[in-house]
Amino acid sequence: MQKYSVFSLIKNAFSDHMNWEVAWKDPTPKKEYDVIIIGGGGHGLATAYYLAKEHKITNVAIIEKGWIGGGNVGRNTTIIRSNFMYDANGRFNEFGMELWRNLSQELNFNVMFSPRGIINLAHSDAQMNAYARRGNSMRLNGIDAVLLGREEVKKYIPMADFSDDVRFPIFGGLMQPSAGTARHDAVAWGYARQADSMGVDIIQHCEVEGFNITNGKITGVRTSKGEIKAKKVGLCVAGSTNILAEKLNMTLPIETHCLQACVSEPVKPLLDGVVTFGAGHFYISQSDKGEMVMGGDLDGYNSYAQRGNLPTIQHVLTGGLALFPFLSRLKMLRTWGGIMDMSMDGSPIIDKTHIDGLYLNCGWCYGGFKSTPVSGWTFAHTIAQDRPHELNSELSLNRFSTGHLLDEKGIGTKTWIG
Amino acid sequence: MRSQNEFSYGGDASVKRPELNQEVSDKEWDNFVYNRKSLRGKHLELWHHVSGCRQWFKVQRDTTTHEIFKTAKMNEEI
Repeated sequence: MQKYSVFSLIKNAFSDHMNWEVAWKDPTPKKEYDVIIIGGGGHGLATAYYLAKEHKITNVAIIEKGWIGGGNVGRNTTIIRSNFMYDANGRFNEFGMELWRNLSQELNFNVMFSPRGIINLAHSDAQMNAYARRGNSMRLNGIDAVLLGREEVKKYIPMADFSDDVRFPIFGGLMQPSAGTARHDAVAWGYARQADSMGVDIIQHCEVEGFNITNGKITGVRTSKGEIKAKKVGLCVAGSTNILAEKLNMTLPIETHCLQACVSEPVKPLLDGVVTFGAGHFYISQSDKGEMVMGGDLDGYNSYAQRGNLPTIQHVLTGGLALFPFLSRLKMLRTWGGIMDMSMDGSPIIDKTHIDGLYLNCGWCYGGFKSTPVSGWTFAHTIAQDRPHELNSELSLNRFSTGHLLDEKGIGTKTWIG
Repeated sequence: MRSQNEFSYGGDASVKRPELNQEVSDKEWDNFVYNRKSLRGKHLELWHHVSGCRQWFKVQRDTTTHEIFKTAKMNEEI
């Protein structure tokens, strides 16, 4: 594989960039693989990469019905954080932060990881108390957390509305300085390129139509490009989880919902990190291109449409205007939607299933992008060793029936209420 | 025609609570509380006209196109 560097860039400039090697091949599927990963998104590509790198399993195929990186890894708001209260979520995502910090070097692909911090704003004493508690939990797990007062928040976001007569005054906030953003597409492409170089077959435009199961053991998949045998199969299909579960006669603690985001026209740098509004559904960051990247909550009803409706965007931006009045003078450039695999407690599932050789990775709710490296890392371990790693042992499928829920928000099973 | 803003969602209407005063298995309770088919295509669901007449009712809606096929009162079957 060709190494990307400033020298390769200069060298290729002399031939008008016409002689770059392809980043990944376009193979025809083999008859049989050791492992098939369904879903060529960030998590699937990362899983294949870590299967090859950490577990030396290279007879692997990724099967993707569209093109790689066309789902939620191409539709998110690129936020990376580990500001969780529960031990299982905190440790899992903090291990992910370690992977993020070295990812550009490891993949030889600039994922533009930019740890500029996240501030969750509080608008009441009760919210400040809740954030103090969450911050303490984070620090016990070795995650950086700083509780900010009103004046400290003002230093970071002086352009927010700090006047006295607002409906939701800013009391303070909880900051994770090591959180940040990254370039989402580069993450997918970086993993794809490295996985391909280690022998993984990336098979695009190939839809899974069914599963072959004999005596409770998976033996392969039926696809639009024919039958492919496999010893093990991993599902990494996010918003399509329920569709494949139906083909497996499984009913999962997952509902599928549409989540929207939008960006404004680009402006000069004015917002350093990520800020979330604590009294409504709104969060914001500024991309390297200068666009204000904003998002909020689900459309609020089951949806497989990869685009949303206007009332939710209006609701989100109303919250945005309450916090940052300057937004009223910006034009919106684009809005888009992705379909989320909303789990019933808001935390993901990475586990084996009752079918031998079939593994499940789903339930990412609003936050799949930040977990891309650690999800791939732990899912690869779960598949290769046929047992969960310590890091994902609590992200189990049976935690719903045993009552060991990981409900960070404490809102119960109404997945569409954020 | 009413604005979407007047309505709020109440989830899958095909879910049935296990009968009162009967033995309930863990599996049945799991299916009632947590497990959902979340169908692509025709989906039977509950809606609440919360900023209007405050009635709960059933809707059969396409989860990809949002086309509404049928509506019914809570005590009616679709």
